[in-house]
Parts: sequence; structure tokens; C-alpha cells
Amino acid sequence: MSSITLKSLRHSYLPNPQSEEDYALRKIDLTWRDGGAFALLGPSGCGKTTLLNLISGLLKPSEGQILFDERDVTLLPPDQRNIAQVFQFPVVYDTMSVYDNLAFPLRNRKLPETELDERVQRVAKMLSMQNQLKQRASGLTAADKQKISLGRGLVRSDVNVMMFDEPLTVIDPHLKWELRSQLMRLHQQVGFTMIYVTHDQTEALTFADEVVVMYEGQIVQIGTPEELFSKPRHTFVGHFIGSPGMNLLPCEWNDGGAVFAGHRISLNKDLPNPTSASNLQLGIRPEFIRLSSKGIPARIQRVDDVGRYRIIKAEAGGTNLNIYASEEVEIPADALHLDFDPDHTHVYCDGWIHEAKGQS
Amino acid sequence: MKKITWLIPTVYIVFLMLPIYWLVNMSFKTTNEILGSFTLWPNNFTVENYVTIFTDPTWFMGYVNSLTYVTINTVISLLVALPAAYAFSRYRFLGDKHLFFWLLTNRMAPPAVFALPFFQLYSAIGLFDTHIAVALSHCLFNIPLAVWILEGFMSGVPKELDETAYIDGYSFPQFFFKIFIPAIAAGIGVAAFFCFMFSWVELLLAKTLTAVDAKPIAATMTRTVSTAGYELGLLSAAGTLTIVPGAFVIYFVRNYIAKGFALGRV
Amino acid sequence: MINKTINQKAWFMVLPVLALVAFNAIIPLMTVVNYSVQETFGDNLFFWEGIKWFEEVMRSERFHDALGRQLLFTLLILLIEVPLGVGIALTMPRQGIGVTICLVLMALPLLIPWNVVGAMWNIFALPDIGLLGKMLNGVGFDYNFTQNTFWAWATVVAMDVWHWTSLVVLLCYAGLRSIPDAYYQASKIDGASSWQVFRYIQLPKMKRVLTIALLLRLMDSFMIYTEPFVLTGGGPGNSTTFLSIDLVKVALGQFDLGPAAAMSIIYFLVVLLLCWVLYTLMMRNETN
Repeated sequence: MSSITLKSLRHSYLPNPQSEEDYALRKIDLTWRDGGAFALLGPSGCGKTTLLNLISGLLKPSEGQILFDERDVTLLPPDQRNIAQVFQFPVVYDTMSVYDNLAFPLRNRKLPETELDERVQRVAKMLSMQNQLKQRASGLTAADKQKISLGRGLVRSDVNVMMFDEPLTVIDPHLKWELRSQLMRLHQQVGFTMIYVTHDQTEALTFADEVVVMYEGQIVQIGTPEELFSKPRHTFVGHFIGSPGMNLLPCEWNDGGAVFAGHRISLNKDLPNPTSASNLQLGIRPEFIRLSSKGIPARIQRVDDVGRYRIIKAEAGGTNLNIYASEEVEIPADALHLDFDPDHTHVYCDGWIHEAKGQS
Repeated sequence: MKKITWLIPTVYIVFLMLPIYWLVNMSFKTTNEILGSFTLWPNNFTVENYVTIFTDPTWFMGYVNSLTYVTINTVISLLVALPAAYAFSRYRFLGDKHLFFWLLTNRMAPPAVFALPFFQLYSAIGLFDTHIAVALSHCLFNIPLAVWILEGFMSGVPKELDETAYIDGYSFPQFFFKIFIPAIAAGIGVAAFFCFMFSWVELLLAKTLTAVDAKPIAATMTRTVSTAGYELGLLSAAGTLTIVPGAFVIYFVRNYIAKGFALGRV
Repeated sequence: MINKTINQKAWFMVLPVLALVAFNAIIPLMTVVNYSVQETFGDNLFFWEGIKWFEEVMRSERFHDALGRQLLFTLLILLIEVPLGVGIALTMPRQGIGVTICLVLMALPLLIPWNVVGAMWNIFALPDIGLLGKMLNGVGFDYNFTQNTFWAWATVVAMDVWHWTSLVVLLCYAGLRSIPDAYYQASKIDGASSWQVFRYIQLPKMKRVLTIALLLRLMDSFMIYTEPFVLTGGGPGNSTTFLSIDLVKVALGQFDLGPAAAMSIIYFLVVLLLCWVLYTLMMRNETN
């Protein structure tokens, strides 16, 4: 296992990229430590699969370097990078038995049969597939096929990183949990570095030590699930994570503070004047808005009861927003006032968080 | 490796084009040039062969006849194959598998076996030398093929589509024509392509079942070889013209060819 | 797989197909069966002959020869067209304008009327004015397909390869296109060689279309009539007289209806048997 470093990595599918828009992946710098579990989260087409394919060597980057530990692997083909990958749709060799499927990568690396057999048996046991070894792979369920794909990585002792490209897409919902926990157990047991691509926030947040959120070919935030929730660095992160996502309210900058719907919003820190005042937004999660008797006036449009709590759809200053309310809170019939928690209210300038210098 | 990969298809296509080129080449030559000297391209370029074909009714009526029965056959085949394919793809009924298999065995029947009985059958019912006779006889192998292809495409359409439509209050004919047919439009295109193809290229039955009025162009060509002596230029021009409709049809369905083949079912 | 509901009324939807195909298949087939067990001297006078014609055909050397030639021909073209078609499909471009060009040009021979194919190859191969004939003679071969049995066979086989390999190519190409990219990527990561990619990924995924291709080529090559008839007329001698050509000679040339009918039935049964054997062989592994 090894750490992974990406240095000024860029990729374009076009032969002669001109502008930033031509890049599927725009300049990425990042280090993943050895043995961690990392998630790549983002909507379809954000470049996460491109990034994965660059790391696995299925694509050659237009610019930049990829290092495994200190070794530059940028130009190496996939089979020399010692990586393993599980794809969105199960890939098994249909005509082979489960055993031969698991043995395939080892046979290609000319491992002696005795050692090979020992490893295949061990991995089959880890995946609890000992009894299916003689079966033909084509007849297996999607979940078992995904387990074999994973097993083809686990049998190899030389694997630097295991990569998962939305591996649970075709799995039945009730099996998803089971496979996920099995995978987490294996990760703890074997300790492989793991990169997990998904567009499902629950998957990413439950899985990973660190989540990389991607949007339009760039990384918008790297952080723990907690950081992504409490302090999104980009409006996209705020909006994408959480259900419903962060409320984004257009605001103005006046006299050293943010003003929304004619009300000055209290923040927990002093902020310098933003560089451009054109595209300012206030971000606050539905969890951090309180109903109150004073503050910003709002009108309730609808209340959705989703079980343990309720989501109020309201309108304030010409913008729609969502508010969480627990079962105990009494919701007024029509008009009410809103109070924003200053610790969790952020200002965004052109999409990016607006902070005091020196803060991170 | 990179070099070889484009070389193989290229060589194959050149091999495919050579005889066609030679045919086209011949069609623009005069009889004297064909018989007198060996030239790789026409030295005395002439379109006279084509003029002959377009001015002589026995020639161009051959085209009209061929296109007529091919069109009739394609329409009949699709019209009857659509409901049948739907039945095979959606329902189970007594003897369905046997019937499907029996249909396919007819695709295996050598036309030569049927030539004489067909001649007698269609003479007996007074259809000899009509377009409809040829069109009907080609149904023998085109209907099974159309059912087979369409069934493959229809099985690819989830049954939920049917059920949703009924829930939305569509009657069966409304559903079939307004929703289902558009959903398998590609399949209908592919089936039509194959019906056209096999009816257009078949000659044995078409020749046996016609004499004058419905004689296909391909049969007219055979006559030329024997009766009008060695008119190779004219023959080549006629042959070249028979390639044109096929080329048009291929061009229109080019995006479906690869897909259509994949969806048939064994 | 669709869950089918049981519905006997579906028969009504199949009825038109049944009627049309039965009209074309059963009446003529009964006619053939009828002829095959009777002797006629014209004037619609028929005499019961039992299985005499069948015995005669089965014993006749002429039928044996035609069947032998047919089997050899079918075997040859399958051995050439299937590997060639697979090879070309594997090397075809996967995207871009090249695909359309390849598909359109390759499909062209499939849509040329069969006697035009024969006539075209006749003109192409004529030793004095044909490009192929002239070239082969030019490089020192004594090429003459109307006189020499070997060259007649070579030309007929080449013509069939020219005519039908594209069908195999298109089928295999369609099969290859349905393989998701992930398979190729996984095999790269597993360190598979290109032979292994072919053996364990491409070939298994092409099996269904290959079965269709083999079956179609088997049955169609058994029915071949027009192309060799126009090209060689079945000659020189009887050397390229395949089953259909022989059958038409007997039925329409000599008007020996009894033997021709018996031969037709045997012929049809042979095709059915071969297709069944091939299909069973190809599908044998599917069940377990």
C-alpha cells in the first residue's frame, strides 16, 4: 500500500485544449495518505471518473504528475501500477469459474500455483465465497459478481490502491448496506488505500475518512464529512450535501456586514470587504435556522412531515428557503420571523466562501 | 500494432470494391473497347448503355417490377409480423414455442425446393406473372425473419410500458400505434431493411413466378446474356443500377445496422 | 427476460402470419410430398410408388456427389468467412466517421441481387477481359474458371467470401460494440494479454451473434443457387453443381418430378438436421 500524490494534474479529452472549459479535469493538487479511505463525491460529469482513470492509468493526463509514494507512475500502463479497480457494472470473466476469476490476475503475473491457491482460498474466505469457487461466474448475482471484482484486487499482494467506481449502482437496495459494511470491514482488516467514487452523499459520508468533492472538473473541497457539513467551502458543496441542501440567499454588502432582505445578518466574526460585490450569497443550512418572534420576516408556504422532524418551506425577501423544525416546535399558521445561527452562517463570493485572511 | 489495425479493414474494403469497380468501369465502355482492349478505366467514356436502359421499356420496367414486388412484400411482412411478434414477446399461449420454431424452419427452406410447387400453386390460383405472387412467395422467408427481429426488439421494451399505458386509459390499438410502435421504430426500420434486402436479392422464385408483366430486372439481365449476345456493357450498366437502391437503403439505415444485428434472438 | 402472461387469445395476433406462411409452406410442401411418392406420365395421371424415389435418390451417385460438393463448399466457406469476419470486426474502428464508411461499404455486397453478383464476378474473373483473370494470368497462373475445376472452385469460394463475409463482420461488430469499456479496463488492470482479452472477453460476448452468423451462413450456403449458376453454370462438367443447382436441373430441366421431389425432401431434412446439430453444439454450454 502507498500514498498517492497528484501534482498539477490536468486532463482534456480534446487534442488541443484552448480554454479552461476544454478540460474535463482542471488542475488538481492533492495527497492521499497510505491506508486511508477516501471518497470522490460529485454529480455525473464532474470529472471524478476521469480522475479515477488517470490514477489507474487507463488515461494519460494532458499535464501533471501522479506519484505513488515517491515513485512517478504518470506514464506507466495500468498493469504496472499495481492498482485494483471495481467498476460500476460487474466485470467478471463469464466463461471462467469463480476460482479462475480470482486466480486470473495472479496467473498473469506468473505466481506459482501453490501460493496462488493459498491466496485464492484466503480471499474466498474473506468474501465468504468458499462454497462457490467451482461455480461458473456467469450465473452469479450482481452482488456476488462485484465481490469477485473486489476479490481480484484482494488476491494481489502488491496492490497500491483499490479503486471503486460507484460499485453499488446495480446492487439491490437491501444488499447495499450489507456489501458496504463488508467492504468497510475488509478495509479495516487488510488496510488497503481506498478511493471510492460515488454521487451518493450517504455512501461517501458513511465510508470515508476524507471526502473530496468535485464540481465541473475541479476539486471544490477536501474534508471530513463533518467539515463538509458545517463549513462548505463552496456553494456547490453546501447545496449538494445535506437533504435538503444549504439555503443560498442573495445578499448585499453594506457597511462591513451582510444584509439580507433589509436586515443586517450577524456573523460570528468580522470579515473584510469582499473583492467583488456583484455575486454575494448568504449560506445557511436548514438545521441552523430558528423560528422566532423577531428577526427576518418570512411566510410559510408548506410544511412537509418527514418523520422525526418537519421541513418548512418558506419565503423570505423574495427567496425560497427550507427550515428544519423538530416535532415539538409549534409552527405559526402563516407569518413568522427567522433567526440565523451566526456560527453557521457563511458568506459566499462568486460561489467561494468569503473569509478573513489567515483563516482556513 | 496500430498500423495493422487499420490495414485489415482497408484491404477487405478494397477487395469488396474491386469487382464493383470493374462492373461500373465496364458499364461506361463501348462494346468495342470491352472486347478489343484491356483498359483499367474507360478510354472512350460513354453513357450509351444507360441511355438504352432508360429508353427501353423492357429494361426499365424490370426495375419498376422489382421495386413494386419488393415494396409490397416489405409492407405485407411488417403488417402481419408486428402483431405476431408482439404476441410472441408478451404472451404465452398453447404451442407458442413450437410455432416460433416452425416459423424459423421456413427460413431454412431452400427456394429451389419450392420453385416448382410455387409455380403450380400460383398458376392454379391465377396469380402467375403478377407482382403480388412474387411478394407473397417471398413472405415464406421474410415473415419469419421479420417476426424474429421484431420479437427481439420488443422483448427489449419493458412490459411496464404496456401496463402504464393501460392505466393511463389507452385502449390496445391506441397504445399499440401511439406508444408501442414509436418505441420500437428502430426495430421496424431494421426489419424493413432485411425484408427489402432479401426480397430484392432473391431471384430464383421471382424468375419462376413471372414471365413478362412482372419480370424482375435481375431476370431481364439473364435474358440479355443469352438472347442479345455478348452485350457486356449493357449488362454491366443494368447491374450497376441494381446496386443503387441497395446503396440508398444502406445509407438510410446505417446507424441501425450494427444495433439491429445485435438484437436478434436465437 | 420479460415475464409473459398466459393468454390464448394471442393466437389471433399470430393468425395472419400463420395463414400466410402456411399458405406458402404447407401447400407446396404437400405438393412435394405428393410427387415424391408417385410416378406421373403427364395428363395428371399419377401412380403410387411408395418410397421408390427416396431409395433411388439415396442410392444415386449423382446425389451423393452433389451432397459431397455441397458439404465441402459449406465447410470451406465457413472456415474462411467466420474467422475472417471475426478478425475484421476486431480491427474495425470503434468510433468516428470511419465506422459509417466501413459499415456502408461492407454492407453493399449484401444488397446486390444474387444473379448480379454472379454476373459481376463473371465479368471480373473472365480471363481475357476481367481484372482478376487478367491479373492472375499476368502473374503466371493458368487461370480459367470455365475450364479448370480448381479455378472454378476457387472463384466460386472467393465470390461467396466476397458476398457474405460482411454479414459475419456486421454481426460480430454488433456483438463487440455491446461489450462495456469496463471489461477492457479490468482486463488491463489484471494484466491480460490481447489474446486473453479475445479468449475470455470478446469471444464469450460474441457467442450469441456468432451462433446467428454460423446458422445463417450454414443454411444460406446450403441453398446457394443463383450465384454459381450464373458464374459457372455448375461447371466445368458438374464440378460446381451444388444441391440446389442439381435439384433445379432434375426438376425443371428433365422434369423428373418424382426424384426431384424426393430429393427436395431429403435436402430440406439435411439442412434442418445440420442447423439443429450446430445449434445444439453452440448452446451446449449455456445450460450448465
